[in-house]
Amino acid sequence: MELAGNDIKICYQCGECSGGCPESAVMDLLPNQVMHKIQLGDETVLKANTFWICSSCLVCSARCPKGIDIAKVMESLRELSLRSKKRYVELAELSKEDLEELPQIALISSFKKQTS
Amino acid sequence: MYLTEKIAYYPGCTAKSYAKYMDSTSRDVMKEFGIDLVELTRWTCCGTFYGLADDNLYSQLAPIRNMIRTREDGFTDLVTTCSMCYNTLKRANLLFKTDEEKAERLNAFMYEEKNYEEDVNVWHLLEIIRDKVDIEKITRKVVNPLKGLKVAPYYGCTLVRPEEISIDSNPEKPTILTDLIFALGAEPVEDPYMTECCGSYLTVKDKHLVADRTNKIIGSMTRRGAEIIMVSCPLCQFNLDRRQKQARELNPSLPEIPVVYFTQLMALALGMDYDKLGFKEHHVDPTIVLKKRKLLGTPEKVPIKVKK
Repeated sequence: MELAGNDIKICYQCGECSGGCPESAVMDLLPNQVMHKIQLGDETVLKANTFWICSSCLVCSARCPKGIDIAKVMESLRELSLRSKKRYVELAELSKEDLEELPQIALISSFKKQTS
Repeated sequence: MYLTEKIAYYPGCTAKSYAKYMDSTSRDVMKEFGIDLVELTRWTCCGTFYGLADDNLYSQLAPIRNMIRTREDGFTDLVTTCSMCYNTLKRANLLFKTDEEKAERLNAFMYEEKNYEEDVNVWHLLEIIRDKVDIEKITRKVVNPLKGLKVAPYYGCTLVRPEEISIDSNPEKPTILTDLIFALGAEPVEDPYMTECCGSYLTVKDKHLVADRTNKIIGSMTRRGAEIIMVSCPLCQFNLDRRQKQARELNPSLPEIPVVYFTQLMALALGMDYDKLGFKEHHVDPTIVLKKRKLLGTPEKVPIKVKK
């Protein structure tokens, strides 16, 4: 859990990150709950969809009163999953129509964040 | 008459295909202000997103290579119109300038090229318009004022976050697009969703989530009376424009609203031929509302007051 280079212990669960997150409604764990699980050393955090649904919009990081870069924590959870060969997007499952419609900017960013 | 200034220009991958009219209108508009955007002779994809993992430098290599290409072409300023390219290039550049150890490791990867000397500045085209062109000068060049057109500015994430690279001093409530809308003679319609994420890359696997956000963002903007949305990022444009189809499946009463690049509206206001602005490629056709507001016409036909 050291990848993020952040002092996660200083999080005091104010919930500002979850309040600002545009996608918190469909997350298994809210960003502040993810932070809490990491503080407790609970590795089940890697089973949540939170960090796959995170679109790195950085609202959480911008508004954290303790200055924690939460988006970076999400990135490190993604990296941990990707490095153990768990990916979110399977290239073979994308339909021909989607591949024709989507611009490069969408495909490259998705592959960068969600495939290994 | 302005002196012609040359600035190195980084188009980005999508500017060559999906967003080709963002690219062409950027060049045309800047020419009007005496700035020649010179495309780098060699450039690579910026990687689209700045890599956040500390122990992984591979995603910083491509942006830094582009900085070296800029120097190879003899420039020290690099400008791009795509918000995501701007964010990635600028953050990688900032990392290089602030972290000596990482800079050294990155330079160790440059086998074919010279080391990067931290001497390139990255700009977004909007910053050039504000700082080099001056928004007041735009008003003077406008021959087809977008009178009565209600334009909602949409910044998205990558122009304003994180704060260190934000193009506006207030990342929570930026005003640069609003200033530009005023300068073009249109009416800005500011909205709390203007700095909310469009869903970005989730559009590949989780279309329904992006459709939901498009529904929220567009719903809020149209309720405030917006007739057209102005963006600077091809992915925001795709998500807000193309995903309206899926958004309408969630909410059949969602009104249609066109989404255009700021450079397209600038070109229109500067009197360029609207047939060359690429409006036909959009999912929601902007010409309907522009016709309604009587803003379409060839430069000769537009009833214009030429200011000299």
